[in-house]
Amino acid sequence: MSLVSLDQVHKYYGENHVLKGVDLKVEAGEVVSIIGRSGSGKSTLLRCMNGLEEYQKGAVIVDNQSVENDDYKLRLLSRSVGMVFQNFNLFPHMTVGENVMLATKLVMKKSSAESEMLAKELLEKVGLADKFSAYPGNLSGGQQQRVAIARSLAMSPKVLLCDEITSALDPELVGEVLKVLEKLKQEGMTLILVTHEMNFARDVGDRVVFMNQGRVWETGQSDEVFSNPQTEELQSFLAAVR
Amino acid sequence: MVQFTDWDILKNLLLAARWTILLSLLAFAGGGLFGLILTLLRSMRSKITTRIIQTYVEIFQGIPLLMQLFLTFFGLSLIGIEVDAWSAAVISLTLFSSAFFHDIWRGCIEALPKGQWEACRTLGLTYLQTMRYVIVPQAMRMSIAPTVGFSVQIVKGTALASVIGFVELTKAGTMINNAVFEPFKVFALVAVLYFLICFPLSVLARHLEKKNHVAR
Repeated sequence: MSLVSLDQVHKYYGENHVLKGVDLKVEAGEVVSIIGRSGSGKSTLLRCMNGLEEYQKGAVIVDNQSVENDDYKLRLLSRSVGMVFQNFNLFPHMTVGENVMLATKLVMKKSSAESEMLAKELLEKVGLADKFSAYPGNLSGGQQQRVAIARSLAMSPKVLLCDEITSALDPELVGEVLKVLEKLKQEGMTLILVTHEMNFARDVGDRVVFMNQGRVWETGQSDEVFSNPQTEELQSFLAAVR
Repeated sequence: MVQFTDWDILKNLLLAARWTILLSLLAFAGGGLFGLILTLLRSMRSKITTRIIQTYVEIFQGIPLLMQLFLTFFGLSLIGIEVDAWSAAVISLTLFSSAFFHDIWRGCIEALPKGQWEACRTLGLTYLQTMRYVIVPQAMRMSIAPTVGFSVQIVKGTALASVIGFVELTKAGTMINNAVFEPFKVFALVAVLYFLICFPLSVLARHLEKKNHVAR
């Protein structure tokens, strides 16, 4: 069984048919990049994988759990699926350490000492060991995003969803965040990212999914998709972003 | 005829001002508590409770406080519940201020980015945990200044309770004036006393607002 499996997923915003029957399977340890024009449904697709968006038809199964609009089930699912957002969404009234420890204490019911050890270890991993007591507002965008990654990892998820996590960053800060993702890949983390970083998708990603008009338009191994796009739509998209 | 010295006038007004302050405090506490319950109920986003609360707020914000006082005082006795001026004033001011407090606090909660809720959801927090640890602490910080600001409105609103016979500062002023026939002096004193109650609150609100801006 794949770690993430979407079967004929349809999503409507009122009259607007955003996802038109999407099939997608992601195996454990894979790094999958979802690319496409804005409005092609790529973020919506990602948000269907952890229940932030409802879908109207089809099935989404992650880590053997069906993703449904049920608060209790979604809370259980949150232990398998982590998410990092474009705008970080850190809690500004808490320190970096408190941000990372909040869910380990409240949801995983770990003790304070255990949570603190884990938080320090994770912050060390993202290169922010010295920022434990700082407030998010005093960090750069790149640092904030790395805290957000650490916060997600604290739940030890099996798959990490990244929704355009470098899009709000100044260009010189993108690298430090991508480096963390690379490290996670080496450790075997499953990553599904909606991204505009084509170089990253090509060099680090295993597989690319090109979304167009609410469908998976083209998909394949990264190097192949980038060097030899089959459809006209992907060719023109790649030409536009390069 | 009894002679009133200036000191007598002031002393009586000060005694009456106690009731203005007490009524304000009760309205603030009652309205705050009730407004808080409304706000928490509403943040659960059930369509039907939202609709009911919205209607409640619109009614109490759309009718002058004076009419609300009349309706409570005379209306309740019409259906057989005898209320004294005290109770009627407390009930009216509580309902009135709860509608405004609710509106202020709802605004503060809604001003928080949707991403805060989403982050909590993806971390597996329950609704109550989300409110307690993430939403309320941030919304509270934002709401302090407008909340203190509205309390000034409550203090001034208590003046209306004089029309149903509740002897607070304004009513006392009227009564004293009926005895001494020095309207300017008496009402100037009344005004000064109101100002002395409200001004510190305004200063506090402004100070808190400034402090809050710096913290961001």
